[in-house]
Amino acid sequence: MGNTILKVNDLHVHYGSIHAIQGISFEVNEGEIVTLIGANGAGKSTSLNTVAGLLKASSGTIDFDGKSLLGVPAHKIVGRGMALCPEGRRVFLQLTVQENLEMGAFTRKQSEIADSIEAVYEQFPRLKERYKQIAGTLSGGEQQMLAMGRALMSKPKLIMLDEPSMGLAPILVDQIFDIIKELHKSGTTILLVEQNAQKALSIADRAYVLETGRIVNSGTGQALLHDDSVRKAYLGG
Amino acid sequence: MLDYLISGISLGSVYAIIALGYTMVYGIAKMLNFAHGDIIMIGGYAAFCTGYYLHWPVWLAVLFAVVVCTVLGVVIEKLAYKPLRNATSLAVLITAIGVSYFLQNVALLIWTSNPKAFPNMLSFIPYVNIGRIQITGTALGTVVTCIVVMVALTLFTDKTKMGKAMRTVSEDKGAASLMGINVNGTISLTFAIGSGLAAIAGVLLCSAYPTLMPTTGAMPGIKAFTAAVFGGIGSIPGAMIGGILLGVIEIFAKAYISTQLSDAIVFAVLIIVLIVKPTGLLGKKITEKV
Repeated sequence: MGNTILKVNDLHVHYGSIHAIQGISFEVNEGEIVTLIGANGAGKSTSLNTVAGLLKASSGTIDFDGKSLLGVPAHKIVGRGMALCPEGRRVFLQLTVQENLEMGAFTRKQSEIADSIEAVYEQFPRLKERYKQIAGTLSGGEQQMLAMGRALMSKPKLIMLDEPSMGLAPILVDQIFDIIKELHKSGTTILLVEQNAQKALSIADRAYVLETGRIVNSGTGQALLHDDSVRKAYLGG
Repeated sequence: MLDYLISGISLGSVYAIIALGYTMVYGIAKMLNFAHGDIIMIGGYAAFCTGYYLHWPVWLAVLFAVVVCTVLGVVIEKLAYKPLRNATSLAVLITAIGVSYFLQNVALLIWTSNPKAFPNMLSFIPYVNIGRIQITGTALGTVVTCIVVMVALTLFTDKTKMGKAMRTVSEDKGAASLMGINVNGTISLTFAIGSGLAAIAGVLLCSAYPTLMPTTGAMPGIKAFTAAVFGGIGSIPGAMIGGILLGVIEIFAKAYISTQLSDAIVFAVLIIVLIVKPTGLLGKKITEKV
């Protein structure tokens, strides 16, 4: 494994009066797939959104690529090499597929992005077929591919995927996970948040289990797949 | 008949340029900037003071007005609206009305309530004869300016990187910031463009209707807002079509029905359009598939 690229230490986040994240610490090393699993409302998405700068941390530290991210606004984080593919996909519905990809590369030079667009189309041939289409007319699976492609357009050192399989038919879920595995193989570092714990653990190098804003368990993906408490709580026994 | 149509289109073009400002700010910042009409008035005074008192050439006076309004728009956004970014839309609306009165009263202090006779800044454009119809230089200049503005804005939002960024901010501010787009900067830019357009509208309006007072911008502002809603708020071609239709309806109503009732007729048409098509003529239908 490579060096630690993301290190979160004793992070606390409040949503108004709700103490959503209560002192979590985790790290991601270069080349790894790390997953955060947990029930709805455990704080998985909140963690990612805080790391990406969309939410403010109350206390704790977030270090990425050797530099602190605390107080850095979301739009300045992308340029440092971190992309978040947000929950619910949030593609720009009124822009075309290609325009969505261009926006993913907003922080990069115009001259560099043509190759990246081709690379994304190679990975997601469906997007190439529909490059002129308005994103709002794509199916859920295609929108997910677009959201991932868009995140990859910034050439991130770390890509964070928030519930990429949410709301998709089983066959599409398999497809999305295949793509995640491919990304991993090609050397991309991935932090994955999933409710589908079975699938997430089976592809993850390491995993953390979140419960009501705290990390209650961690280990390699395989170890947690066979852990009794994890099996009972998240894998249906 | 054709004369009325031409002056309707000319008046409508002014409404259209004001409506473009309304619609852009609404589309991106999701707020109704009710002070927009008063920025027109400030633009009028800026051009008047430099062009009339200081005898600056027309182009320079107009440029000065554009700069003044652009800066004013950005400053208003920073001071009055930005702190309310997460407040209820009602709070923002009330603030905008407050800003509107503030600008009117500042103008009252500086320039008093005595109307100023605005010189026609488009008088250098010659009139044109088409058959038996004569089109004044003012009407011609106004319509051409409107078309140029609309084409430029459409190209800007459709083709340029900043324009596309604006559309992303309009749709989803959070996702836009994840792309590395500076949302606050983009909103400032929108106000800058909208207010710069207001200055141009101010010069055009006062050139055609040469009475400049602190309340000059208020009524055209409301009407242009109506035009923006009429055409479908948030839509650039909608603002253009809405503005021109409104101008034509107003002039025809004045000519054939009643001068006093013309405004009532304009708003009645708006109400009917909204009953039949609540999103306005070219209002966007949100296509969303989950």
